[in-house]
Amino acid sequence: MRNTGTLQVTTPSDREIVLTRVFNAPRRMVFEAFSKPELLRQWFGPHGWSLSVCEVDLRLGGGFRFVMKGPQGEEMGMRGSYKEIAPPERSIHMESFDDFPGESQVTTVFVEKDGKTTMTATVLYESKEVRDAVIQTGMERGAAETYDRLAEFLLTTAA
Amino acid sequence: MSSLNLDATFAALADPTRRAILARLAAGEASVMELAEPFDMSQPAISKHLKVLERAGLISRGRDAQRRPCRVEMTPLLEATDWLEKYRNTLESSFQRLDALLEVMKAKEKNPRKTKSEGEN
Repeated sequence: MRNTGTLQVTTPSDREIVLTRVFNAPRRMVFEAFSKPELLRQWFGPHGWSLSVCEVDLRLGGGFRFVMKGPQGEEMGMRGSYKEIAPPERSIHMESFDDFPGESQVTTVFVEKDGKTTMTATVLYESKEVRDAVIQTGMERGAAETYDRLAEFLLTTAA
Repeated sequence: MSSLNLDATFAALADPTRRAILARLAAGEASVMELAEPFDMSQPAISKHLKVLERAGLISRGRDAQRRPCRVEMTPLLEATDWLEKYRNTLESSFQRLDALLEVMKAKEKNPRKTKSEGEN
C-alpha cells in the first residue's frame, strides 16, 4: 500500500479497517483529545468540516453524538455507545452513522513509548459492503460523483 | 488488502472488452442481452467476460431470474485505484490538526499561567 504519510490504513480482513498513527504527546493527552468535546471540536473531521454537535458521555453505558457540518452546509451525524473504557489505554465503542444502516465496533488502543503515543483503531463493520461504503463516502460526495470517477478511471485505463 | 484480490482485479481489467463492459455498467445496470448489443458479440461470449468480472468481484448479478442484471461493484476498483489513499488523506488532515492541538496542550502544561487564554477565540 502506498501510505506515504504518518497515518497507516490497512484492511486486514473483509470487514475491518485498521488505522495506526503516532502522536508526539503522552497518551493521557491524546486520550483527552479523543474524548473531550472542547478538544474534539478543534480537530475532528475532514478538511472544511466542523462539529456542530459534539456531546460525549465518557462512561460505560454512556455514548457520544457528533454532527459534522460541511463547507456547503451539508450535515453528517454519527453516534456511539461505550462498551469498554480504560483511560488512557483503550476504549471500545459501537458507532453508527445517521445515513448508513448498521453499526460498527471501534477498538481504540493507545500505547505510549518515549513520550510518543501510537494509536491503533480497529473498526469492525457488520459487512464488507458497509465497510466499503464508508471508505467510499469518506472522500466522495454521493454516488453520482463516484460513478463519474469510475467512468473516468475506466476511460483512462482503456486508453 | 490481499494482493490476490488485486491480481484478480487487474487481470479482469486487462481486457478491453471487459473494461468497455464496466464503462457501460458504470452508466447503469444492464442485462446480458443489453450488453451483447453494442459490443456486437454473442451472448455466450459476453457471458464469459461477465464470469471473469464477477469472479474478480467487479460486478454482481441481480436476482431477477429472467434478466439477472449486471451491476458494477466498486470495491475492487477502490482497491485497485487510489481510493483508500484518499480516505487516508481525509483522516490524515484531521490528525494533523490534532498534532497542532497536542503541541498547544503540551505548551500549556509546561506553562500553566497561559491557560487563561483558552476559549478566547
